[in-house]
Amino acid sequence: MTSVAATTDDHNTHHGPAKGLMRWVVTTNHKDIGSLYLWLAFIMFLAGGAMAMVIRAELFQPGLQFVRPEFFNQMTTLHGLVMVFGAVMPAWTGFANWLLPMMIGAPDMALPMMNNWSFWLLPFAFIMLVSTLFMEGGAPNFGWTFYAPLSTTYGPDSTDFFIFAIHLMGISSIMGAINVIVTILNMRAPGMTLLKMPLFVWTWLITAFLLIAVMPVLAGAVTMMLTDRNFGTSFFDAAGGGDPVMFQHVFWFFGHPEVYIMILPAFGVISQIVPTFARKPLFGYTSMVYAVGAIAFLSFAVWAHHMFTTGMPLAGELYFMYATVLIAVPTGVKIFNWAATMWKGSMTFETPMLFALAFIFLFTIGGFSGLMLGVGPADMQYHDTYFVVAHFHYVLVTGAVFALIAATYYWLPKFTGNMYSEKWGRIHFWLSTIAVNVLFFPQHFLGLAGMPRRIPDYALQFADFNMISSLGAFVFGASQLIFLCLVIHTIRGGSGKATDQVWEAAEGLEWTLPSPPPYHSFSTAPEVK
Amino acid sequence: MSVNEPGGGQRSNRTLVRRLLLVVVAMFGFGFALVPLYDVFCDVTGINGKTNRVAEQADGLVVDQTRWVTVEFVGSVQSDLPWSFGPNDVKMRVHPGQLSETTYYAENLSDRAIIGQAVPSVAPGVAAKYFRKIECFCFSQQELAAGARRDMPVRFVVEPGLPPEIGTVTLSYTFFESKNQPDAEQDHSNHAKFGVDAEA
Repeated sequence: MTSVAATTDDHNTHHGPAKGLMRWVVTTNHKDIGSLYLWLAFIMFLAGGAMAMVIRAELFQPGLQFVRPEFFNQMTTLHGLVMVFGAVMPAWTGFANWLLPMMIGAPDMALPMMNNWSFWLLPFAFIMLVSTLFMEGGAPNFGWTFYAPLSTTYGPDSTDFFIFAIHLMGISSIMGAINVIVTILNMRAPGMTLLKMPLFVWTWLITAFLLIAVMPVLAGAVTMMLTDRNFGTSFFDAAGGGDPVMFQHVFWFFGHPEVYIMILPAFGVISQIVPTFARKPLFGYTSMVYAVGAIAFLSFAVWAHHMFTTGMPLAGELYFMYATVLIAVPTGVKIFNWAATMWKGSMTFETPMLFALAFIFLFTIGGFSGLMLGVGPADMQYHDTYFVVAHFHYVLVTGAVFALIAATYYWLPKFTGNMYSEKWGRIHFWLSTIAVNVLFFPQHFLGLAGMPRRIPDYALQFADFNMISSLGAFVFGASQLIFLCLVIHTIRGGSGKATDQVWEAAEGLEWTLPSPPPYHSFSTAPEVK
Repeated sequence: MSVNEPGGGQRSNRTLVRRLLLVVVAMFGFGFALVPLYDVFCDVTGINGKTNRVAEQADGLVVDQTRWVTVEFVGSVQSDLPWSFGPNDVKMRVHPGQLSETTYYAENLSDRAIIGQAVPSVAPGVAAKYFRKIECFCFSQQELAAGARRDMPVRFVVEPGLPPEIGTVTLSYTFFESKNQPDAEQDHSNHAKFGVDAEA
């Protein structure tokens, strides 16, 4: 922390990055660390995607084709963990690192040394997590929710490595969140009051508070698992007076805010992109801020809607049902505000806007299926079926991941100084958007027909929809390789230089910097009117 | 603003970091506090089917001769425990307030002495508050010698306050292998699984 002053001092602003590989190991620069986060997230996205391909290949036909059921379970578990903790969360932290100082007019993040540490914990955490695949007894196989007693009494030996990996990821996330909060609260340019901050900054501020509130609870849950497994405690063991259902309460007290941790920055990104391409200011800025706050607040009060079938009393079911459905109100405020922003706007449809529009449509579909699941009596039918799988992939893939892709297209020209290829961006968009619907939409029907999730084999009547879904999965997976090529192509020059403003109607401090921006963003604070 | 006054920015950064770390520590503690909170909440509301695990008294209850309640008995064994266990009576009709008795049997199918612990539960969950066990084998750990079989009594009362819409109450037990076993030398592998040394 002593370096805070040093990095913000003037004498540092003229030197560039160190040379060679050590630059990335010792860097305390927010752009370098942002890039590291984004590349780690991309690698984990491809790794988790490869696991999804194994899952969909196995489910292409009924019967056991390629993998044993034990390995299938390890794939579903690691796919979930890698995508949630390895792809989506680090990607958002990467964008936060790149963008927050530029958006609020600061030279760098407030705590650059801690920033370096919080990134470098992650590669070790994920190497440890993925290495469990090669251990005797196999990788964790109890699903990403690691319910006790599956993960305690019956978990494979490698579970202890999984627990340690989760601890490292948690510490990393907490440090990242503290850094974000301190940066936003202490480093804003003069004149930038809280209600003048861009929405991406607002959503990240609230996300960071969610992170420091619930990541410690997750750490507590895995610590209890660790002592139950190795030190003879009985937190989740009924034989010793504990209760396995309590695990689910503790887990979802973390888990529900966690889903908002993944989606709130997406709301921020869409609120930046839509006004740019509609060439109108964001409709209802203040209500957007309050809506995000309301969603974050409610996220702490709805966790047991994941547990309707655990035998809760009627009063509990009713409370959690009403509280859950209430979240649709602030979410609806956001959707309508985005629609109102576009209303009578001079819209153009560059790739970031296409992905943002797809986000609004498809995330709303995920929101509606979430409403269906939030209704207790209906959830009794849908619980643990493919309907749930369809729901959370609509909100996470066409929600969080599409927003991440949109953000990449939107800010990559700023980051690199080069325009991406609009033609290939569009090809990527149409392939992804069509394929992702072919992939996940039939899963609604499978779930309604009763196909359970997390199984390697299924009854014959589910064959057709599974084959369609798998075909969609293969195309969706392949089209992300186009995205990878496109990103590399843009970094290496792309299809020409980007202007400083990049987009005709882009507003915000980051667009006043040159493209690519200097190593230290604002060495003298800009004046915000 | 830290650009203009680095010293001041650094000081306020440090204060803020300290406060945020306090939140982190508090939330870590809260995760553990959920454990007793959960038990207290379940005790007070009687949800979750948690029923008493120490003996209660049957005094002061008036028998309601006008009402019948069916009590069903269920028993199961956790897969690791090589016991056979179940109720001797499947169900019984009782008046609320009336002291009743039934028995469960347990048989050790293995060739070693094993200590087991039965964990009781009542369904529907809201009935748990109105179900009093006066005597129960679940109040203490049970040791069965190799091949031994035993009938174990349960004496209970259904309180007259049981909500009128509940006509059937199910009492269920799951027998677990206790972590304290009589002889550590006989079976190392078993204790290794739990990762604790048996204290013989």
